[in-house]
Amino acid sequence: MSNFLQAVTDGILGGAVYALMAAGLTLIFGVLDIINIAQGILVVLAAYLSYDLTVHLHLDPLLGLLITIPVMFVLGVIIQWAFIRRLRGRERTAMSLLVSYAVAVIIEGALYAKFGSTPVTITSSYMNKTIHIFGFYLPYIYLIGFGLAVVALAGIYLMLYRTKFGRSIRATTQDMVAARLIGINVNRVAAITFGIGVAVTAAGGMVFGTINVFNPDSGYDLISRLLSIVILGGLGSIGGALVAAMFMVTAEEIVNIWQPTWATAVYYAVLVIVLVVKPTGLFGKQEVRAQ
Amino acid sequence: MTAVRASQAGGSLLLLAAAAMFPLVFTNAAVTNYGVYALIFVAAASAWNIFSGYSGYISLGHAVFFGSGAYLTGIATTDWHFTGSKVFLLLPLAGLLGAVLAVPFGLVALRVRRHTFVVITIAVFFIFQLMAYNLSVTGGTSGLLAPTVNYATATYNNPFYYAAFAIAVGTILLSWLVRRSRFGLQLRAIRDDEDRARGLGVHTMRVKLSAFVFSAIPVAMIGGVWWYYTTLVDPSSGFDPLFDVAIALMAFLGGLGTVAGPVLGALLIEPAYLYFQQQVSSGYIFLILYGALFLVVILLLPRGVIPTAGELLKKWRARQKNAGSPAGPGPPAGAVAAEVDRAREHA
Repeated sequence: MSNFLQAVTDGILGGAVYALMAAGLTLIFGVLDIINIAQGILVVLAAYLSYDLTVHLHLDPLLGLLITIPVMFVLGVIIQWAFIRRLRGRERTAMSLLVSYAVAVIIEGALYAKFGSTPVTITSSYMNKTIHIFGFYLPYIYLIGFGLAVVALAGIYLMLYRTKFGRSIRATTQDMVAARLIGINVNRVAAITFGIGVAVTAAGGMVFGTINVFNPDSGYDLISRLLSIVILGGLGSIGGALVAAMFMVTAEEIVNIWQPTWATAVYYAVLVIVLVVKPTGLFGKQEVRAQ
Repeated sequence: MTAVRASQAGGSLLLLAAAAMFPLVFTNAAVTNYGVYALIFVAAASAWNIFSGYSGYISLGHAVFFGSGAYLTGIATTDWHFTGSKVFLLLPLAGLLGAVLAVPFGLVALRVRRHTFVVITIAVFFIFQLMAYNLSVTGGTSGLLAPTVNYATATYNNPFYYAAFAIAVGTILLSWLVRRSRFGLQLRAIRDDEDRARGLGVHTMRVKLSAFVFSAIPVAMIGGVWWYYTTLVDPSSGFDPLFDVAIALMAFLGGLGTVAGPVLGALLIEPAYLYFQQQVSSGYIFLILYGALFLVVILLLPRGVIPTAGELLKKWRARQKNAGSPAGPGPPAGAVAAEVDRAREHA
């Protein structure tokens, strides 16, 4: 039973971190109607950035976020401006998958060239310690990750629903043509949204890189998990991503107690089963079915 | 028009003969090696196109069939102690497995559309990869080794070449038959507007599922050839995400939804891929080059070589015909298409 409770706790805390990475993906989908396959490798890239800052500048990973978040934001804007913006017409969705995949391959190659394939992990004095409360062993990093996820998701939520720019993002999500007609600069909204979607990988990557050992190959596993979360939650729904991430990671942790080899399959099995019952995902809108 | 038809048929026959003669003319094993891999991907990309190209449902899970075909051939060969050319007799069995797997896979995945469909295919793909890692019959991480074949060194590659050739030709033929049949028309109606197609009486699920099964069979068979040729399948090579993206890229480069497009795409990309892989010593530089090539292809030739070339040819013919008349031929087809695209984007 205590194993079970520990698994649930880990699932909820770890799920929040996945939700953070997935939130970027779902935000980008909602506004631009494209799937950013590069999100996984961007998380790994952000993890390497944090790693490099701690190793070479001896910077605290949390402080390092002040550097990595703007860097990732700018990178996102550049990717959108250089490649995604050019996609037009009917095959846009399929094309965006291939384009972002190509971007992912290039980043993967660059990471291999710079860091090699030896797995590394981010270490710092306090993050790998654990605290013992209510009979649970919780690594600090899980709590920090949870805190970061809550802050970032709340930030995205406030931006979307309490600011003028957020309103223009939501307008663009609902109807791009109407948004353009009432004077919203849709191209700017798209670029900045892509930037924000990529910027959250800075925080996600830092936590991911501290919890896990990673190398440039880790992007594949990550993107398949993130995609499962986003689809299960319903494409475009940030709340859905949060619920789905916690649900998925908890399910994985519980299965992990007695069947470690099959734990990862739970992820995909849950996704397939849920979509058989409800093709739009948990919180998806009907539009997802329209081709 | 019949002249065009005849020249097309003649050209195809000529190409076919050239491909059949290829290993007899080029006897260098390094060259025929390129031929075998190119044909493997001709078959796989053409098969992928039968479903994804015609129906517009982009599958990134066809490696499921490729890997399963490879594993089935491997397991059967080991269990039944098959050796030499007898192993090729197992290929129809691999195709059958592909068909059997495609039914439940399709029944689940084809309930959803667009992005969701793509992600489901990726999810199923990862389930299969995980099974390959964890089931006992697959040999886990070390995979399945093929028995050594005692073919003569000089013509070692030829049996593999002709096995891949037969499957590739069969797939192209199937693709051509589907393309010009009523069934193919229904598939393309689904691509253009699925709800309207259903309204007009197309049994969309049945049509999509049949195409999915048709496209799975050759991929599974060619997976068997691939296993016997490379002599090893393990979970990361049999179920390789790069395979899915590579065949999609080949079809896109050549022209999605055309018969010749995926063939051309595979013939261009796979040898280039092999060549670069051998020439560039560092695998990382290679990845960067590959990604960059990928981007250039998609951004500069978004509609593929065959449709773009066809359009240019049509424009050129129209100009020849109207060379004397004072009234211009009207806006070129490309401009109209661009206009329609623009309007659609704003609508």
